[in-house]
Amino acid sequence: MQKTSVQELKFIELERKIKRENWRRMWFRFKKSKLSILGLSMILVLLFMAVFADYVAPYPSHAGLHIAFKNAYKPPSLEYILGTDMYGRDVFSRIIFGFRYAFMMIGLVLSLVAPTGVILGLLAGYYRGTVIEAIIVRLSDIFISLPPLVLALSIASILEPNIFNAMMAVSLMWWPWYVKLTYSMTVSLRNEPFILAAESQGASTLHILFKELLPIQLGTILTKVTLDAGWIILIGAAISFVGLGAQPPTPELGTMVSEYSKYLPEYWWMSLGPAAGIILIILAFNLLGDGVRDVFAGE
Amino acid sequence: MSLLLPLRYLSGILKVYYSIVCLWNDTLRLITSRDYKMSQRMEVDGKTALKRLQNYLNNYYFRKIVYSIVTLFGISILIFIIARVLPGDPARLALGPRAPEDVVEQYRKLLRLDQPIYVQYYYWLIDVFHGRFGLSLVTFRDVLTDITEFLPATVELIIFTLIIDIIGAFSLGVLSGRKPNSIIDNSVRIFAYAGIAIPSFVWAIILQLVLANWLDLLPAYGRLSLGIEVKRITGLVTIDSLLSGNLIAFGDAVAHLIIPSLSLAIGCIAQEARILRANLIENVNKDYVLNMYAHGIPGSTIFFKYALKPSMIPTVTIMTLDMASMLGNAFLVELIFNWPGLSRYGITAMLRKDLNAIVGVVLVIGLAYTIASIIIDLVVSYLDPRVRHRR
Repeated sequence: MQKTSVQELKFIELERKIKRENWRRMWFRFKKSKLSILGLSMILVLLFMAVFADYVAPYPSHAGLHIAFKNAYKPPSLEYILGTDMYGRDVFSRIIFGFRYAFMMIGLVLSLVAPTGVILGLLAGYYRGTVIEAIIVRLSDIFISLPPLVLALSIASILEPNIFNAMMAVSLMWWPWYVKLTYSMTVSLRNEPFILAAESQGASTLHILFKELLPIQLGTILTKVTLDAGWIILIGAAISFVGLGAQPPTPELGTMVSEYSKYLPEYWWMSLGPAAGIILIILAFNLLGDGVRDVFAGE
Repeated sequence: MSLLLPLRYLSGILKVYYSIVCLWNDTLRLITSRDYKMSQRMEVDGKTALKRLQNYLNNYYFRKIVYSIVTLFGISILIFIIARVLPGDPARLALGPRAPEDVVEQYRKLLRLDQPIYVQYYYWLIDVFHGRFGLSLVTFRDVLTDITEFLPATVELIIFTLIIDIIGAFSLGVLSGRKPNSIIDNSVRIFAYAGIAIPSFVWAIILQLVLANWLDLLPAYGRLSLGIEVKRITGLVTIDSLLSGNLIAFGDAVAHLIIPSLSLAIGCIAQEARILRANLIENVNKDYVLNMYAHGIPGSTIFFKYALKPSMIPTVTIMTLDMASMLGNAFLVELIFNWPGLSRYGITAMLRKDLNAIVGVVLVIGLAYTIASIIIDLVVSYLDPRVRHRR
């Protein structure tokens, strides 16, 4: 076993300290703006409600198919905070279950899209001037040259209408934006001396891509991820609203707005409730995104 | 012979475009060059001619347009793949589940589905060039006929939205950029957060509920009230009513346009106003503005003439993205307001899996978006000379 000298131990300790200091510094920059704290706490509350929806919601059984016509069309009251719908289901409980689908959508789409797009963007930027770059960049340009929502709708229209396929459609439409972001950053970093140094020391391509190029870009990518979460909710809700996503008994927010908007203007509380849910979640992610941008903008 | 057909189209388009560029450049030279008569007398040898040709090919606008033609072909491939590869069987989808197998087989031959994919794409492209999108399963008419019928309503909506968007964004941006941290600036900031967080279909529902149903100020649905009719000339109701001198119909049409286009525009207004404000504040603090103050040029002249123009560049650039969101959100807004436009036709087609109609609508929207982004690029290159000379 190799012995570590005291000096090396000190060095490791110092490295850890710097890392801890960095985190503290980031938190300091983040909490400077009260709005980003508000956004973070909103997301935590919404996430808590989504995860423990069965315990938080006043009427958990109202999420799916539940019919009690004697309670139908009740305006907001203490018993039903946001009123009831045409089948007598509590709108507030359904919104809480809707948050669950919203977070599911964000998680799935971003975990599919961000790694794919980032890897493709890194490859295209690193192999500049080769066939790899040409294929990746042209392909993503073609996807970008259609309005995003139109592309998502036309993909969703061909698949079976359910929430999983709506997520697939959003993912298929979303990856080029990450390619574009990482590609432009990688191209500008490509000729920096530290990449040349790594290359001349014989570092592998994988090392250069993921240890040299990626860490610098991580802040910008993370900012885009948080800002994108709101847009994903928006596009997903739009697909469901049209009727190409989740189908009616599912308590998805966009589906609920579409389902209840048929009862406007008499029963306005039914569609304004889920709409407020969508607004709340998008606003929260936008506020958080601004905070995250402040954190990384200072570097 | 038919194999060369698309090539002939392409070369024809390029020839026409090239001659237009030459004419345009020569006209510009005629207008701008002071020693035009001198240049007339100079002899043009082969080398100069080649250089001139290279200049034309390197021209910013030329490259822009060639690039968009390439992208349009890319879009067509993408849409073709969406239409042909993803679903199970287009022939079965077109004829329905109860059609006998031999009829489906016949139809498959007719659509050339038994041939390899690139052959299919080639024939499909020829059909598209001839305007043959096939039969719509929603209306049982040719898709092109449907598109020409439904397109004007959407064009009218989008143009009205753009007018509202440009007026709103620039006035709000200038108002808040002129006096940062004033009451107007802070209220614009709150409005901007609302505009970004609230999707346009929610704006549509809210505005419809408040302005049309509760306050009863404006009509809630459709393009025209019952009993008012306008003869179809261009398809744009506002222009048709003006052409036929029917002022009551014109007022009615504008009243019907306000809520849908407002709900489409609000998000874009908020975003653009914020960007304009940020750039105005940044530019006002630059050295060249200080230099102008030192020369005694009045503040409002500096602000509107010298600070506003460079500040407009990022705002106009972001309008490409806003245009995309507008064209996409039109699908939802037209559905809510029962607007008889292309997007609502597209949604109906999507819900019934009418592939021919989906392809037609998406192609038209892709074309419109490409043209819009070219126009925006041209405006940006007018505002920003650096863009024009970038090689």
